Amino acid sequence: MSTLPKDDSMPIKGAIRIEDVVKVYDPDGAAVMAVDHCSIDIPAGEICMIVGPSGCGKTTLLNTIAGFHGLTSGHIYLDDEVLCGPGKEKAEPGSDRIVVFQNGALFPWKTNLDNIAFGPMMEGKLSKDEIYEKARKMMVDAGLEGTEDSFPGEVSSGLRRRVEIVRALMNEPKVLLFDEPYRALDSLTKSVMHEALLDIYYKNKVTIFFITHDLEEAIFLGHRLIIMSSRPCKPKKIVEVDIPHPRDYSVLTSPRFREIMNEAKGVVNEEARKAFEAGEKEG
Amino acid sequence: MNITKVLRKFSGRAALRGVIAIIVFIAIWEFGSRSLDLIGWRMPFVGLIPPPSSVLASWTGLFMEPSYWQSWYMSFLRVFTGFIVAMIIGIPLGLYMAINRTFYGIAFPSFEILRPIPPLAWVPASIIFWPTQEMSIAFVTFLGAFYTIVINVLGGAKSINRQYLQAAQSMGASQRDIFRRIVLPATLPSIVVGSAVGMGITWEVVVAAEMISGGGAGGGASGGLGFFIWSSYVGGSYEQIIVGMISIGIAGYISSELLRKLGGRFTPWLKTR
Repeated sequence: MSTLPKDDSMPIKGAIRIEDVVKVYDPDGAAVMAVDHCSIDIPAGEICMIVGPSGCGKTTLLNTIAGFHGLTSGHIYLDDEVLCGPGKEKAEPGSDRIVVFQNGALFPWKTNLDNIAFGPMMEGKLSKDEIYEKARKMMVDAGLEGTEDSFPGEVSSGLRRRVEIVRALMNEPKVLLFDEPYRALDSLTKSVMHEALLDIYYKNKVTIFFITHDLEEAIFLGHRLIIMSSRPCKPKKIVEVDIPHPRDYSVLTSPRFREIMNEAKGVVNEEARKAFEAGEKEG
Repeated sequence: MNITKVLRKFSGRAALRGVIAIIVFIAIWEFGSRSLDLIGWRMPFVGLIPPPSSVLASWTGLFMEPSYWQSWYMSFLRVFTGFIVAMIIGIPLGLYMAINRTFYGIAFPSFEILRPIPPLAWVPASIIFWPTQEMSIAFVTFLGAFYTIVINVLGGAKSINRQYLQAAQSMGASQRDIFRRIVLPATLPSIVVGSAVGMGITWEVVVAAEMISGGGAGGGASGGLGFFIWSSYVGGSYEQIIVGMISIGIAGYISSELLRKLGGRFTPWLKTR
């Protein structure tokens, strides 16, 4: 990947290989194909944006990587180790792949600090003091100072998202799986969150698998866009974003950004229209 | 709560409205009760009940009576015995039905058949199969809270956001941790709601059960507030009937308030919503 930063701190881990994955749901005997012979190769440390119309099966793909769903056929590898495949239909959920959910899954009954400390506390490798020290430090680094003892319900939705990403990072995952995490945010908060996410990414190099249907978000954050077809989900076009990292919001107005936007928009719109028409027919 | 907050609470417009409404209510009641003497025409309904002034007089007279307070004590004792036993059995039952499909399949149908039976319909049966009057009253009271608590806990535990469970699983939580740290706290709000509703039903049931069963073996003072009302009716003391009714209102309010305070302490994250 020409656009990947090539410094020594690059992770050597966290490469995801999705190979010929098929997922068929079978509600009441009516087989619905959600993912159709999908192959995606994501090198370690890449921000890979999965773009596609709503309901196309992107989340299904994410759930199979996370280990929440099984797959019907094909393989998924993490650093050349089989996560799931024939004989091991469902991947084991683990702290090497942490999901940041669409609606947020911070535990409302725990304070932000306790939420962030949750993963390592469950792993039990470090002492409680060490974990909380690390958690406090990570919160300060992410600009969350002063919200430690608040409950998630007491802070803004933008801060909540940040807490959730920090909680994910506390587990030192190889891969972060984002399921449209900024969908519900207003555009101003969103842009702040994008820069914050990149900032976090530059500090902790992880592989990012990021689902969205916001093209601007996809191009701004990603090394690569995988544009998916409408259901069943399958890569339709791959768009390289050759704008060098680190990026800030000035790239949004650059001519190259516009070019990539135009290139991607045609494909996305076509798929969105297909998805819409398919929905009309079903309805 | 600090003093300024308390002052604000009681000096606000809403509080003033509440106080005025109560004063007007009592004034109308007083006038209505005395309408025959005052205007020579008996107001319907209100004209038949004793005026608040004589209710108050009767009430202050009772303040010194140990038997009146004994009635309070007995009803409270029954309500809390039934209620606490309902929590001890109901919460684990609801949780277990929520997490274990097999047990749910076994227990839920029977539970759903028994649930619509009003607790009061159990009175004769429980008098027959419990050895003492006291136990049968406690049993009926227990039933009042039990079904509500179970159904709320079950509903709460079943509707936990699946993503909480998935997130916890990803972060390496064991099954035991997931139950203790996710399922239990996520169900707490439903437990609190179920308990509050259950408590209300418990008061309804205990009063009726006391009336029907004649207030326990000892009768008289050990009868509780329900029996207090009933015996006042039999004895023709209409003032005391009203005193008993208001006493139950106050007792129920105290219980709910107690439960709200306790529930709030267990679910601090809900205060901020």
